[in-house]
Amino acid sequence: MTTQAISPLREAWMQFLRNKPAVFGLVLLSAIILTILYGRFIFSGDPYQIVWAPLSPPGERGYLFGTDFLGRDILTGILKGGAPTLAVGVSAAVLTVVIGIVMGALAGYFGGWMDDLLMRITEFFQVLPALLFAMVLVTLFSPSLYTISFAIGIVSWPPTARLTRAEFLRIRELEYVTAARSIGAGNARIIFKVILPNALPPLIVSAALTVGVAILFEAGLSFLGLGDPNTVSWGLMIGQNRNFLLEAWWPVAIPGLAIFVTVFAVSLVGDGLNDAFNPKLRSR
Amino acid sequence: MGSARYIVQRLIYGLILMIGVVVLNFFLIHAAPGDAAEVIAGEMGGITEEMMAQIRARYGLDQPIIVQLWTYLSQILTGDLGMSYHFNRPVTELILQRLGPTILLALSAQIFAMIIGTVLGVLASRKPNGPLSGFVAVFSTVGYAAPVFWTGLMLVILFAVVIPIFPVEGMVSARFRGTGWAYAMNVLWHLVLPAATLGILFLAQYARLSRASMIEVLGADYIRTARAKGLGEGRVTFHHALRNAVLPILTVAGIQFGNLISGALLVETVFNWPGMGRLAFDSVLRRDYPTLLGVLFFASAVVVIANLLTDLSYRYADPRIRTGGR
Repeated sequence: MTTQAISPLREAWMQFLRNKPAVFGLVLLSAIILTILYGRFIFSGDPYQIVWAPLSPPGERGYLFGTDFLGRDILTGILKGGAPTLAVGVSAAVLTVVIGIVMGALAGYFGGWMDDLLMRITEFFQVLPALLFAMVLVTLFSPSLYTISFAIGIVSWPPTARLTRAEFLRIRELEYVTAARSIGAGNARIIFKVILPNALPPLIVSAALTVGVAILFEAGLSFLGLGDPNTVSWGLMIGQNRNFLLEAWWPVAIPGLAIFVTVFAVSLVGDGLNDAFNPKLRSR
Repeated sequence: MGSARYIVQRLIYGLILMIGVVVLNFFLIHAAPGDAAEVIAGEMGGITEEMMAQIRARYGLDQPIIVQLWTYLSQILTGDLGMSYHFNRPVTELILQRLGPTILLALSAQIFAMIIGTVLGVLASRKPNGPLSGFVAVFSTVGYAAPVFWTGLMLVILFAVVIPIFPVEGMVSARFRGTGWAYAMNVLWHLVLPAATLGILFLAQYARLSRASMIEVLGADYIRTARAKGLGEGRVTFHHALRNAVLPILTVAGIQFGNLISGALLVETVFNWPGMGRLAFDSVLRRDYPTLLGVLFFASAVVVIANLLTDLSYRYADPRIRTGGR
């Protein structure tokens, strides 16, 4: 990255730090990630092990969050179930952003028939109800962390593609692009080195929000019983305990709260980035 | 471009999208691991060789792939989506029974979210830094972050245990035998919680959007003119400004329809609502692929039709689109 590119980024960062909800979100998210990464070393339990009577309330016999319908410790499940949820969320978001940027950049940069074709494909994917399509993919190719991330990525890229296309359409008409072309820069160079860095701010914001959406997606699939059968996850815990909801609320409420707090932190950070990159919007 | 010609054009485009969905379904069956006949039959166990041979003949699985695609396409376009091996009935019949409840749920949630959301947003826009604006901002972040199925389950606890005033399961009461008005009221009673759960997910977005859009419109010259003429604040807000602020809301309503169907799927599972989502969930558990792919087909058709209607209402709401090009 050149020195010219650093200063607007630094400015955005300063702006971000002045935004209290955004900083709160960042601290919260860091705390969640650290707990998920290192919690298992301090608190080494087996989430599948039956430790005490089923559905015993939080706090009983030292089990902070109580036990689930089989008598397994919910706290251990929360600590161990966070990693797959976050891993799927992040890798699905990366896939979404990569597909979206490639499709949007090609459509916006080349225009003409390429734009028509890629936008028709994008519209086609927007017609398929995302969760249902992901369910079909995961069912047909059998659930694993890879197929789930892949399925979520395949169904969620269209908004990113549209955003990238709009940015490329705007930027490709600007003078510095003409200047780059006039000194003989090729298409690939103009797309990746000239236009993409300038289109990044809104894409970073959308990537942050995509992580939140992907986490919710993974939770939804796991809740429906389409999670990776070899791992515990927050959505799975809710799905397994929902039949006992009227006897015990905590095995459902607590994992849901974990998902909620995580996505909430991600979206606070996303909103903060949005305000930092778009100073014009700050007054709203 | 005339209206009739425009409608025909959109219809043809919608039809092409649906053929696309069918082709996608076909390739999904073939891309999945294992023999296509096994995929269609599902992992039921106890499938006889005779049944497999029937499936092969029916779908022409010994033919070249392009012939197979043609057979599949023409079957589906005549309304034949195959047999559900779990329910042992034609998939089309199964889904048509479930289509109504899903559309009822999705539309109720959409209308609920649009009306309440727009009113909240409009009221908040009058004081861009007031307490209601703050509430809309917080509520939209919270509404986005809570998993919809979890919100539903929490409402089930609230209304089944704490204040039992709404039913938390099904679409009609178990031993209810009424018809006509009484039946409609019973369904409506059951609809409250699922529609509210699904609506909350979108309400915040509409509130945020209509607030932003109203703030922009309220700053326009013609609003100042309207105020200068001495019109009351209520008339300016709802008659002059809202009409112009409603376009972005309509656009989002159209884009959201796919997400609405996805959300309905989870909500139906939570509240045991007898719609397509519940059917999809049951077919996943039984590996009933024809039913699952049939639901994907019908749900996509619902989205295509909803988009078409949004396009048309957009043309109605914005006269500029009716007369000019883009």
